[in-house]
Amino acid sequence: MSDAIIHEVTQSEYKYGFTTDIETEVIPPGLNEDIVRLISAKKNEPEWMLEFRLKAFRQWQKMKMPDWAHLNIPEIDYQSISYYAAPKKKSISSLDEVDPEILATFEKLGIPLEEQKILSGIAVDAVMDSVSVKTTFKETLAEKGIIFCSFSEAVQEHPDLVKKYLGTVVPSGDNFFAALNSAVFSDGSFVYIPKGVRCPMELSTYFRINTQNTGQFERTLIIADDESYVSYLEGCTAPQRDENQLHAAVVEIIALEHAEVKYSTVQNWYPGDKEGNGGVYNFVTKRGICKGEGSHISWTQVETGSAITWKYPSCILKGDNSTAEFYSVAVTNHFQQADTGTKMIHLGKNTGSRIISKGISAGLSQNSYRGLVKVGPNAENARNFSQCDSMLLGDKCGAHTFPYMEINNESAIVEHEATTSKISEDQIFYCNQRGISTEDAIGLIVNGYAKEVMDKLPMEFAVEAQKLLQISLEGSVG
Amino acid sequence: MEKQYIELYKAHHQLIKQNSAAVINRSRDAAFAKFESLGFPTIKHENYLYTDLKPVFSPDYGLNFRRLSFPVNPYQTFRCDVPEIYSYQFFVVNDGFYPPKEEHNGNLPKGVIICGLKEASEKHPELVAQYYGKLTAPQNDALVAFNETFAQDGFFMYVPENVHMDKPVQLVNIMRSDVDLLANSRNLIIIEKGAKAQLLVCDHAMDDVNFVANRVSEVFVGENAVYENYKLENTHDKTANLATVLIDQKESSDTLMNIITLNNGISRNNIEVAMNGEKCEAELCGMMIGGGQQQIDNHTTIMHNKPNCHSNELFKYVLDDVSKGAFTGRIFVEKDAQQTRAYQLNRNILLSKRAKVRTRPQLEIYADDVKCSHGATIGQIDEQALFYMRTRGISLPEARLLLMYAFAADVIENIRIPSLANRMKMLVEKRMRGELGMHEGCTLCMH
Amino acid sequence: MLEIKNLHVSIDGKEILKGLSLSVKPGEVHAIMGPNGSGKSTLASAIVGHPAFEVTSGSVTFEGRNLLEKDPEERANEGIFLSFQYPVEIPGVSMVNFMRTAINEQRKYRKLPPMSASDFLRFMREKKALVDMDNKLTNRSVNEGFSGGEKKKNEIFQMAMLEPKLAILDETDSGLDIDALRIVANGVNKLKSPEKSTILITHYQRLLEYIVPDYVHVLHDGKIVKSGTKDLALELEAKGYDWLK
Ligand SMILES: Nc1ncnc2c1ncn2[C@@H]1O[C@H](COP(=O)(O)OP(=O)(O)OP(=O)(O)O)[C@@H](O)[C@H]1O
Ligand SMILES: [Mg+2]
Repeated sequence: MSDAIIHEVTQSEYKYGFTTDIETEVIPPGLNEDIVRLISAKKNEPEWMLEFRLKAFRQWQKMKMPDWAHLNIPEIDYQSISYYAAPKKKSISSLDEVDPEILATFEKLGIPLEEQKILSGIAVDAVMDSVSVKTTFKETLAEKGIIFCSFSEAVQEHPDLVKKYLGTVVPSGDNFFAALNSAVFSDGSFVYIPKGVRCPMELSTYFRINTQNTGQFERTLIIADDESYVSYLEGCTAPQRDENQLHAAVVEIIALEHAEVKYSTVQNWYPGDKEGNGGVYNFVTKRGICKGEGSHISWTQVETGSAITWKYPSCILKGDNSTAEFYSVAVTNHFQQADTGTKMIHLGKNTGSRIISKGISAGLSQNSYRGLVKVGPNAENARNFSQCDSMLLGDKCGAHTFPYMEINNESAIVEHEATTSKISEDQIFYCNQRGISTEDAIGLIVNGYAKEVMDKLPMEFAVEAQKLLQISLEGSVG
Repeated sequence: MEKQYIELYKAHHQLIKQNSAAVINRSRDAAFAKFESLGFPTIKHENYLYTDLKPVFSPDYGLNFRRLSFPVNPYQTFRCDVPEIYSYQFFVVNDGFYPPKEEHNGNLPKGVIICGLKEASEKHPELVAQYYGKLTAPQNDALVAFNETFAQDGFFMYVPENVHMDKPVQLVNIMRSDVDLLANSRNLIIIEKGAKAQLLVCDHAMDDVNFVANRVSEVFVGENAVYENYKLENTHDKTANLATVLIDQKESSDTLMNIITLNNGISRNNIEVAMNGEKCEAELCGMMIGGGQQQIDNHTTIMHNKPNCHSNELFKYVLDDVSKGAFTGRIFVEKDAQQTRAYQLNRNILLSKRAKVRTRPQLEIYADDVKCSHGATIGQIDEQALFYMRTRGISLPEARLLLMYAFAADVIENIRIPSLANRMKMLVEKRMRGELGMHEGCTLCMH
Repeated sequence: MLEIKNLHVSIDGKEILKGLSLSVKPGEVHAIMGPNGSGKSTLASAIVGHPAFEVTSGSVTFEGRNLLEKDPEERANEGIFLSFQYPVEIPGVSMVNFMRTAINEQRKYRKLPPMSASDFLRFMREKKALVDMDNKLTNRSVNEGFSGGEKKKNEIFQMAMLEPKLAILDETDSGLDIDALRIVANGVNKLKSPEKSTILITHYQRLLEYIVPDYVHVLHDGKIVKSGTKDLALELEAKGYDWLK
């Protein structure tokens, strides 16, 4: 393929780059115990919550930012970041009270809060910076006993549940960013699905980073009680910025007996410009535990954004006969760096996991898959299949695969396959011969390549995700 | 852990240097400085996650700085009983090259030099200087630096331009000592442009003491040259065999490395093949058989630095009892190394509940016109095939063995010397039947 | 020779054979027909002792001895041979090595010394000629990369080598071209003797023209629903199975 085409294909601009002008309340930059206390106080938190934060903060202070072989991360000054921002006008009860600016922003993002989501039956807990602005469909869900609310609300309204499960999957000292999040998390979502309940709609949250210099520290906790089911969607688009922004979220999922949780993400934070200026640092800890027998957790992610992505949605298969899946498409372009993958920890008997990862690299970007499959000594009959493919668009990018397999039980069957190849000229030519332009052909081929993963997304997301895939390789694609 | 060795060097560096050739001494202090700053890697180190060197280096060992010769005559003990393998046979006892018999060395093809590294450094200092330490210098590995700090002798082979060796060269590494012993032998192998050589290396341990062999080999394969390296390891459970093999390939050269491990204590093979010319071919394969408390860790890197090179890697493990297997296979494709084809497969069979395997295939790709793949599987013997065989009247243990032989077959098929392939096959089968003792040499080398 | 009484067999807790009885005497040829999924292969698997198939009740004896308590290899060495409907591929195990091991295990079972390498090769050559087996195939790994028909031929070749008392041929005719079918049938006929018996599982009348059965049974839903002579096969060919259900 000629360089000209690559240039065209890979030079799309960030479409969602705009800033919403809303007055926000920001506490001064810097991080110390007083700030942690201040955040907790502003949110009116109970003592145990403050203790949790303080413990995490003390652990964090002793930790060093990890030094990763395949990510080139500029020094981050944690003292220059402001750890709390909330829209000044808190409007909750009706849509009219919501700042029109915010509504307009969502409109531009293609997420008309009311119409589209209500029509498509999705409850949206839209998070603007750090505080929940609006929650819909709460009543419908409440009828079934489902709790879907902001994390802060859960701390106030359902402290027992939060207390019981918070930090049980991702302990506060798990890693540098998880510790930081545990200390200063601002808000996020909380979901509880009671025993035997199938959540009738896709639960969804859109995140955005807004105010300048505001780190975003989301905290999500999903508990699926025995025999329940929920599908949860998380999507993000961030406005264009010059400064780098830090995003360090933590997501914890607990699936009890025969419960099933599907967690889907479309991540499109601002990736920085073509020269590699700006862009979000996305350091996320996502982990689920298949705690109960026969439980199931499935992670699906489409990662197109962020300047740096570091994220390994993982599963601990503790319950016997539990299963887990990880489906991922990661696109990197320009100067983006992505290091993503999963960990499947098999502990229970007859557990199964499946990993499908598709990386697409363009421009000067670096795209790595890093994953661990571990089979514990008591995990009889564990099964894992992993397939990690990389596609390269252009000769200035990199595609890397680093799977780790640690098998401590002889009855395990673990298979890993990985391939790296460039987009096929024969395929492009074949399309050309049928009258399809090279740009369209690349779009077709890339979408076909990622199809196995895209098919796993809920309908509501699939269209948007495809659009994002096209946009991130735009110029010719789509 | 490293402290005792740092002090040892500080106290004895004069002695070491006095008993060693000048060209080898040149990089010694720099290597020591590197070792001192690196220290031994712990299991936190990415490259040593699966081999703990602490129990290897912590005890007290003898080191033979004075180059005292050990009471052994390998030519009496070891005799090649394989009539089909006519080879030039040489011995390195611990880290010292054993003077060869005239009949073994006398009729080497013209220009070929095979001798001890120490002797080579004294007789052909310019030649050794041109190559020694060239591949180790950029390495950032403590074991390599450690070797270079203490190395005094080893095996040297030089095959000049366009010379095709008429017979394989056999190098038998013997560990022989009455006390626990650490040996840092150092090999230098130069295969010039258009030359061809086959080297068969057999590792054995003779005495019931603890041995640590920390070997480093630098191998230079010139343009259009062909180099085949077969390695058979049959030592014992008290031997730690740490081998680093660094291969530099020039344009259109072809290398093959085939490693078969039958019995050992702790083995760590660190193999790096750098394809520094276009159109190189490299083949790396291994069959590892682990039982008892054996630990086998193969850490391989293939550097595709130039376009149009092909590499193929196949490592197989059969692990029983509480043995541990580890495999790391890194394929690195440099920017602009277009038309690279690199394939890698690691397959493992676990035979016992407490056997463990860790595998880590890695692809690092910076060029776009490449076809690379790796695969890793961990599993058991195919139940369906077992049943099919049983319906033909073959007993379960026998059927199992047949399938295990079959599992090893493609690694053995890779051996390009048919008589050697037959011997290896026999040895592997004998080992799988549990009939090959660890104190035995192997029928390749010994009666 | 083979006595099956009220045999119940299940797999993964699902009952497939539901009280099947069959008696085969020395020298007899029995054909078993029946719709797809009726349990024909299951019957064959149960006779040779596939571990996945659980015999929940009933009995199977061979020459008066209880077969069910024997391992698959013992059954084979007693003289039972199954030509599989889907023979497995065993990469890396050469045909020669495989057959020599099988022959020698059988000889060991019969307290005979192992066959010498040259005797074995001669014996193998002889049998290859019998079923017109290509040298190229016996030089490869067991069934690896064989075409469907080649696999079936290989099964018959193995049968010829092992000289069983009871041969069960599970759809050995499907996938064979006309010539191969004749060769296979000839092979089977040549091996026939007054002491040896055959069970043919097939969907087609055609094979039965070459190997004439003494009895034809129809298996349906895990039971033999009709037995008759070779004319039954013709009737089935004309009418299908519906009238029997
Ligand atoms: N391993 C298995 N697991 C689950 N079900 C099985 C298994 N093997 C066979 N069965 C089921 O048992 C039934 C009988 O299968 P069987 O193979 O005996 O049929 P068949 O009569 O040989 O059919 P065909 O004519 O197609 O060869 C079928 O319903 C089949 O799906
Ligand atoms: Mg069948």
